[in-house]
Amino acid sequence: MQMIKVENVVTAFGNRIIHDGLNFTIKEGEIYGLLGPSGCGKTTLLREMVMLQKLTSGKIEILGKNVADIRREDAQNLRRQWGVLFQFGALFSSLTLAENIALPLGEYTRLSKKMIDEIVAFKLSIVGLKQSDAFLYPSEISGGMRKKAGLARALAMDPKLLFLDEPTSGLDPISAREFDALILKLRAMLGLTVVMVTHDLRSIYDTLDRVAIIDNKQIAYEGTLDDIASVKSEFIQTFFREKL
Amino acid sequence: MKKVFSIESIDENLLLKFEGKMSLYEVTKYERKLAGIQTTAIKNITIDLTNLDELDTTAAIFIYNLQKEFSSKKVTLECYDEKLLSTLELVQENMLHYNENVKPQKLSFLQKIGKIFYDYYDGFSAFIEFFGQLFASNLRYLTSLKNIRYKEIAFEINESAIKALPIVALTSFLIGLVIAYQSAYQLKIYGANIYIVDMLGISIFRELAPVITAIVIAGRSGSAFTAQIGSMKITQELDAMKTMGFEPFAFLVLPRIIALIIAMPILIFVADIMAILGGMIVSNVDLSISPELFIDRLSRVVAAKHFFVGIIKGPFFAFLIATIGIYRGLIVKDDTQSIGFNTTKSVVEAIFAVIVCDAIFSIAFTNLGI
Repeated sequence: MQMIKVENVVTAFGNRIIHDGLNFTIKEGEIYGLLGPSGCGKTTLLREMVMLQKLTSGKIEILGKNVADIRREDAQNLRRQWGVLFQFGALFSSLTLAENIALPLGEYTRLSKKMIDEIVAFKLSIVGLKQSDAFLYPSEISGGMRKKAGLARALAMDPKLLFLDEPTSGLDPISAREFDALILKLRAMLGLTVVMVTHDLRSIYDTLDRVAIIDNKQIAYEGTLDDIASVKSEFIQTFFREKL
Repeated sequence: MKKVFSIESIDENLLLKFEGKMSLYEVTKYERKLAGIQTTAIKNITIDLTNLDELDTTAAIFIYNLQKEFSSKKVTLECYDEKLLSTLELVQENMLHYNENVKPQKLSFLQKIGKIFYDYYDGFSAFIEFFGQLFASNLRYLTSLKNIRYKEIAFEINESAIKALPIVALTSFLIGLVIAYQSAYQLKIYGANIYIVDMLGISIFRELAPVITAIVIAGRSGSAFTAQIGSMKITQELDAMKTMGFEPFAFLVLPRIIALIIAMPILIFVADIMAILGGMIVSNVDLSISPELFIDRLSRVVAAKHFFVGIIKGPFFAFLIATIGIYRGLIVKDDTQSIGFNTTKSVVEAIFAVIVCDAIFSIAFTNLGI
């Protein structure tokens, strides 16, 4: 089943064209990577998928709904089915970690306080945070912890679809590998579909099923990592040199 | 997808059967359904997940809780699906160390009082430290004309004074108008029309124009200083400046203070003119005092010292507004709420400081016979 379908997406900021006709599809249960050099518009594409930014033209379908032209209820429904992890966590600074994670649960479900506390403790535990961290404020923790807490918040509603913006950047190598393992585990158990922007080679080889490499406003390569050596692109040749 | 939860109870056996899809939206419903069941007589509980297709982690926590809750009885879990089992296992692993009694530390009454006073003391000593730094950098940078950052000062004068001219002018014009209008009515009763000039002249020059200007500037520039410097602190721009050897005091603090000190007397002067203009219009309309007569009397009865007293206050007010605004900006903590909190504080404190300062001036000048 197709989770996400990107069709002829064009993005322009004023006269500056960022994407010039992107096409790819992401299937259910896949871990899909968006790669490319800095400034190629990976994060912009991710933002377009989660309806934070408008497309100039083209179409992005998520779970069969065109996000460029969507009714409010459908959009809200879609937002409940995905979780988004921003590059720097984007935790609400006036709330503790526990309150950050409990926020969507409290707003969208009728779960009891006790149950929510347990869910919060569970989510903190799977991302590798301690239960006692729950009462800290985002300003009191390190960047890596903010990221883990951001993931815990993204996972709060058990989403079907997870968008991750550079999930392992800023994490120590051990945490980064644990993060990769967690993503794989969650995919295996919950059938999660994951879309991530990343630069971490280890993470790319360990977790990604397929990738889209954006270079020069277009898709330079799309598919599995096995055939990547054959592609004639300066970015790909340089980036993947170590493993080739 | 169907979502079914059925309960069968035969003698000492209880069968809890979950079918279809089970997610966080169903859990509360199931919890309620289960709460209505008498379980004291039951010895064996079977949780049947054989027909369950989907289970999210919240539902898995629910199942885990059931197992724990009935741990005194014999609980059997019937589940053969690998995926569901691994989800349950993940929950079990992670919930093993869960302790519901871990709560944030509550402070006792005495601790709270102590904390409040210590915070005040801390705030006060931080303010003293800020003043010390300000004085030290004054010594360092103002000893030579070369060190003064004219460009930044000019920029700040434009930002916080030139652009504030219209609002200061309008506010003081309206104040002049209102004061004159209210007193015209009273003076008319006694036939003391002409004395409106004395009254307006002294009250506007000495008190109203400086204080009104200071309040407008505290609301406009004081808050802007706090918000600007506070957000620069959050985005680590201040840290970046320090590592590059640009002293924030020289680049951000002194130019703003100096700019406001220069600009304030000018703004007060404008406020004087506009307020008197407002009064003059009302006097002409209401009390038929012609502008010529008004100005003639103004120059005869209102001594120049009243005007200078008002102007002299300007730099002092400016210093208070700017230092409080900047100080509040510099103590912003690393979260967004802190900016709002400190901005509010900076405006309130600046206005309060201005009024206290004005009171001190008032007493001092009166005792000096000025």
